[in-house]
Amino acid sequence: MAFEIVGKRAVRKDAAAKVTGRAKYADDFFERDMLVGKVLRSPYAHAIVKSIDTGKAKALPGVEAVITHEDLPKLKYATAGHPWSLDPGHRDVADRYILTDKARYVGDGVAAVVAVDALTAEKALKLIEVEYEVLPFVLDPEKAMLPGAPVIHEERPDNILGATSEEIGNIEEDFKKADYIFEGVYETSIVQHCHLEIQSAYAYVDADGRIVIVSSTQIPHIARRIVGQALGVPWGQIRVIKPYIGGGFGNKQDVVVEPLAAAMSLAVNGRPVRFALTREECFVDTRTRHAMKLYLKTAVTKEGKLLSLHMKPICNNGAYASHGHTVALSAGGKFRLLYDFNSMKYEPKTVYTNLPSAGAMRAYGCPQIFYALESHIEDIAREMKIDPIEFRKQNLISVGKKDPHSDIVVRTFGLRECIEKGKQLIKWDEKLEKYKEQKGIKRRGLGMACFSYASGTYPHGFEIAGARVVMNQDGSVQLQVGATEIGQGSDTVLSQIAAEVLGLPYDMVHVVSQQDTDITPFDLGAYASRQTFVSGAAVKKAAEEAKRKVLEIAAWKTGLSIEEMDIKSARIVERKSGSEICTLEDIAMESYYDRLNAAPIEGNASANVRTNAMAYGVTFAEVEVDMETGRIEIIEIYNVHDSGVIINPLLAEGQVHGGVSMGLGYALSEQLLFDTNTGRPLNNNFLDYKLQTIMDTPDVGYAFVQIPDPEGSVGQKSLGENTTISTAPAVRNAVLNATGIAFNKIPMTPQTVFEKLKQNGLL
Amino acid sequence: MDNYEKISMVVNGKNYSLEVDIRESLLEVLRNRLHFTGVKQGCSVGECGACTVLVEGLPVNSCIYLAVWANGKRITTIEGISKAGELSRVQQAFVDEGAVQCGFCTPGLVLTATALTQTGRKYTDEEIKREISGHLCRCTGYNKIFNAVKRVLNE
Repeated sequence: MAFEIVGKRAVRKDAAAKVTGRAKYADDFFERDMLVGKVLRSPYAHAIVKSIDTGKAKALPGVEAVITHEDLPKLKYATAGHPWSLDPGHRDVADRYILTDKARYVGDGVAAVVAVDALTAEKALKLIEVEYEVLPFVLDPEKAMLPGAPVIHEERPDNILGATSEEIGNIEEDFKKADYIFEGVYETSIVQHCHLEIQSAYAYVDADGRIVIVSSTQIPHIARRIVGQALGVPWGQIRVIKPYIGGGFGNKQDVVVEPLAAAMSLAVNGRPVRFALTREECFVDTRTRHAMKLYLKTAVTKEGKLLSLHMKPICNNGAYASHGHTVALSAGGKFRLLYDFNSMKYEPKTVYTNLPSAGAMRAYGCPQIFYALESHIEDIAREMKIDPIEFRKQNLISVGKKDPHSDIVVRTFGLRECIEKGKQLIKWDEKLEKYKEQKGIKRRGLGMACFSYASGTYPHGFEIAGARVVMNQDGSVQLQVGATEIGQGSDTVLSQIAAEVLGLPYDMVHVVSQQDTDITPFDLGAYASRQTFVSGAAVKKAAEEAKRKVLEIAAWKTGLSIEEMDIKSARIVERKSGSEICTLEDIAMESYYDRLNAAPIEGNASANVRTNAMAYGVTFAEVEVDMETGRIEIIEIYNVHDSGVIINPLLAEGQVHGGVSMGLGYALSEQLLFDTNTGRPLNNNFLDYKLQTIMDTPDVGYAFVQIPDPEGSVGQKSLGENTTISTAPAVRNAVLNATGIAFNKIPMTPQTVFEKLKQNGLL
Repeated sequence: MDNYEKISMVVNGKNYSLEVDIRESLLEVLRNRLHFTGVKQGCSVGECGACTVLVEGLPVNSCIYLAVWANGKRITTIEGISKAGELSRVQQAFVDEGAVQCGFCTPGLVLTATALTQTGRKYTDEEIKREISGHLCRCTGYNKIFNAVKRVLNE
């Protein structure tokens, strides 16, 4: 397929708005008479709220309202940003109130104040008197499953939120046939998204009595439904508006601030109330990435054929379900289409603990799973003295492979080319030879890791997307999409798809970046790397409808058939000769003003995408380990992706850079820490939580192997989340190559590296 | 009225005289009182750099700079960078190089980069990185931000 606009390095639609400071985020709107809301948080990891005295707080001048769980409807709701399920058995776990009567982690909200300004609100919080009955708490999921452990939710006395078992083939038989059996245990830590814009929303009741919420959300249509459920209000009474968003990475695929913002406004007769978290609150009262402990057991033949895999992740979910067990389940569906195991058994357990709630974070369980799997595969190859790349290659799946649980079929598989490309980029063979037998203080090593990922959530999830194309008098169009731009660039690539289909120059597509549930076509939002694949299908459909209407008018004018004409660069042309018939503007003007036939051109589409496309990729890393300080430096790093057709290389490169940088933080420095004696967070700020800075991030190399996928509307597959999956295991394997030491827990901070080198007698 | 003090400052070339709470940060006054919402609030404690403005031409975290300290000073926010509808060289470089994603860290980075261009000196790659290391960005991995800043400083 030859494209005019798809595949071009088009500049972001919102770049100018963002470099000039004109882009308005949720916090940038001011309403007359706006109040400020703040939350009183539990200092205990586990405690019953016995009584709350709000009298003194209410008496403070400037305080407009104080609310507790007693003032709110007794409705338990679920916060995960998933589509509603008509099947009650497939719904998210509803396990929380807007404000709680039992604190389940340090920071759980027990009361809220609405006041004229932030300072008054903060003062009022200190005047609220809460009597707690402090309970024993548990932070470790394995301890939480033991008999006698503190019970966090009465409905789940064993603290197990989800435990499932999926088997393909018969692992017992394959383990009997194995020549070798390998076992490994791998651990990841709690990390956070760290989008620069903190969650913020403001709510008011409009003149018609409807609740309006302007929020920093990835999922406006879902947020509307969840606010309705939390407050017991009909969903149509709620309107959610999503302005520009300062990053989300999954943390805003959860409804965190909106129900309370609405409740605050309702408590003051519908006056506007802003409820914005601080950075310190954001670390504990939004979502985190599940820490997992993964038990792997693998059966292999002496020829090096992977026979069977048994994987058992224990996922630390924290205090409330949020996305819960879905994260582990979803990741299970993604790794199965990488290696050609004869049989596999996947048995994840997701467990409540008295920690902040884990939810969706970029790549949804896969960074944990692939850290474990790709570390384990490396360990097996080394143990069997087989080249780790050859070992992987001889066990990869091929095109046509079908997952028996999901029925997903791999139609395009570029991973082998990705691996070859990565090897060349990093000069694998040459350097591997050079780095043999190192004895110095600074030792270098090479490592790599592969991954597989899906494009959207089908078939486990439901995938619906909406788009609307409205043609203006001059032939340009407004593109309205339900997909949310959160920084990833969806507005830009969806505009490129619309321009491509409509035969318009890119700058004649005006994308409406703001989503408003009253106006925007229904779509689930930004998650699961679904936008280009799923929402892209809706945009193509809407643009095709508009194009057909244009050509119908042209056909009526010229007597030619629709099939004989096309639109090229905003001109109607005869396909055969390429000669211009008229301008698109001529047609658009007739559609608006022709006295007999006027009907302005629109395309409206909803796409229910019942397919998926597996995407692949690999990271190659070269590290230098300082054996005296434990510091790991990245010398070179490359990501090579099989994501189908790359719609915009400029933006795709940016995704790779950002994903790898986030992956490096995951591998080397990031970890949210808690006091084991109290459950209190120790580093919930940017000074102590070690996010990668520009000083830590190397040049990130990239390449794309572009095989058009027949199910992508222009041949595309997912990319955004994929970029962060294989970084940590590649770095871990490079450190193993450099030092001979296998780090089976991340992050590999200088402290942990130093300690482990010392334990192993290397210091 | 003990807590209030009158200040005068020049923001983006225009004079402002107003009474501020002595506890208010420059960030709060610029955003909440004067509505320069291009000044972004990412942490409120000087860790992330999103709220950077130029005070007498030097990059400052406006969240930990008291508004009263701005009395008599010249302040530049992101709103004061493009002139007559034209992007500045720094802004154009950020656009062309793909250095913008969610855009929340962008105003602060554009301002720091603008300050670097005004020193008239040359910077090594390492110096560029050190100069902008006070800005956190979670989206871009900094690669394209670095390219944009380097391009402008070498022009």
